[in-house]
Amino acid sequence: MKSTRIKKKRQGRWLDRLLTAHGIAGYLFLYLPIVILVIFSFNTSKYAGAWRGFTLDWYKTLFANRSIGAALKNSLIVAGGSTLIATIFGTLAALAMERYDFRGKLAFDSVLYLPIIIPDIAMAVMLLLFFILAHLQLGLTTIVISHIAFNISFVAVVVRARLAFFDVTLEEAARDLYADEWQTFRRVTLPLIMPGILGGALLAFTLSIDDFVITFFTAGPGSTTLPLRIYSMVKLGVTPEINALSSMMLLFSMALVFLSIMLQKGGGSGIEIV
Amino acid sequence: MLPRSRRETTRLLFLISPSLFWLTLFFVLPLLLVFAISFGQRGTYGGVRWNLTLENYGRFLDPLYLRIFGRTIVIALTTTLICLLAGYPLAYFIATRPARWRNSLLLLLMIPFWTNFLIRTYAWLLILRDHGLINTLWTGVLHNFMLWAAAAVPLPLWDPLVSATASPLPLFGSNLAIIIGLVYGWLPDMVLPCYAAIERFDFSLVEAAQDLYANRRKTFLRVILPLTMPGIVAGSILVFIPSLGAYVTPDLLGGAKSVMIGNVIYSQFMSARDYPFGSAISLVLMAVMLIGTLLYFRLGTENEVN
Repeated sequence: MKSTRIKKKRQGRWLDRLLTAHGIAGYLFLYLPIVILVIFSFNTSKYAGAWRGFTLDWYKTLFANRSIGAALKNSLIVAGGSTLIATIFGTLAALAMERYDFRGKLAFDSVLYLPIIIPDIAMAVMLLLFFILAHLQLGLTTIVISHIAFNISFVAVVVRARLAFFDVTLEEAARDLYADEWQTFRRVTLPLIMPGILGGALLAFTLSIDDFVITFFTAGPGSTTLPLRIYSMVKLGVTPEINALSSMMLLFSMALVFLSIMLQKGGGSGIEIV
Repeated sequence: MLPRSRRETTRLLFLISPSLFWLTLFFVLPLLLVFAISFGQRGTYGGVRWNLTLENYGRFLDPLYLRIFGRTIVIALTTTLICLLAGYPLAYFIATRPARWRNSLLLLLMIPFWTNFLIRTYAWLLILRDHGLINTLWTGVLHNFMLWAAAAVPLPLWDPLVSATASPLPLFGSNLAIIIGLVYGWLPDMVLPCYAAIERFDFSLVEAAQDLYANRRKTFLRVILPLTMPGIVAGSILVFIPSLGAYVTPDLLGGAKSVMIGNVIYSQFMSARDYPFGSAISLVLMAVMLIGTLLYFRLGTENEVN
């Protein structure tokens, strides 16, 4: 009996070591490609295979490149505009879904979830055909319209997650204290669900600024966003300038992650569910 | 609550009408449009002729497209399986660390996840292509080592090794490269739901099982696995769907040919300008995805009940 217990214990230790080794391997797998990308953005050689020496030249050419500046501006316009509208619409929809029962709620719920579920290439195709047949000129406007269409759903999901844990008695208390409905919403409901709204907005912004496929299909001449620019650079040939640009974007997304952590510390947004 | 008074109804309308309007106009309507167009025909100059024909769905049965579709499903399933086999233990690892480590480990998981997908795929292009990192090591360092070894110890054993390392490995353009790219892109999608399920799991149940003389294997299969099944189901769906509709990964890592269904859809819209056929393929893709998801959900919940 004693020997089997010792055997079991030893087996457990081995399993735990294996698990730790797997964990380390998993994180190496996630980080190695990114680290390689960053290292080679400082490589003198144009060919990423071998290290030839340290240089900042690729960052210099990157900052001198006008078209990247223009693409960044377009990306910020698209992400900013679509985030603002989708956050408002999505939050309102989330309030409706959590607070009311109405006829056709299930149907509306499905429509609200579908843009999250279907592959982005299918959504891209749908929107492209719609814009062509509606004779809408493809450009920044059509990109923003499309991004709002998928972002509403993501914002609604995140805000609903927050509303699900909302303590309704707080609103009742406010009403007992003679706050009217608008005051209750402004002073009680809104501040309490704010972390969820900000979390949703941050998610929408990230999805929008990262989106390639839907933007690719709905973009027209002169509306190149940063991912579209990166794509055409990669397609034309691998240069360390892309590595430099990628490293800058990596830095930016890390900043966004830390921002989202700060938001979570401010009362737990819905980010963890995504 | 059901809206009772007129004021309540007005408020409800105020809340849902913006998104209802937007999603009807820019989601439901386009979806119906794709459905309608998939029964049409390609016009002479690339437009759409509105007929009622099943021709586009018939064309899909061409062995060429069936083969691509089959490969797409195999690639998506393989990706999901690898993500599950690698992601579940990773989630288990994170969930069983001390609480103060867990948040940092999750944060470390999120950073690549929030990085642009194109960039993450491009990073693998640097590693896998013919002049990439792996092949530089293979045809450079390893090849030189083999030459040196062959010169130092002349044995016939070196000859195949010397000739094998002389040319780059055909990684770029292979299905393997696509699967690596997809696993890399969607692994966090598997880990996060699995983590959520394992973290919620009550580990005193393990002690209970062991008190009842269940061994480790049995404890895992009969207690831990069924109770964390919702996480596995959610994670698998989150990986399977984008893998099935992948465009960027096969386009960048799969070389010039149309390897997955996403590339076929792309070329129907961007080069062949055959909108009806492209629409039909998109609908088939969505249908397969929906059926697959529903089946998997049913499977997952049945397991849970047993």
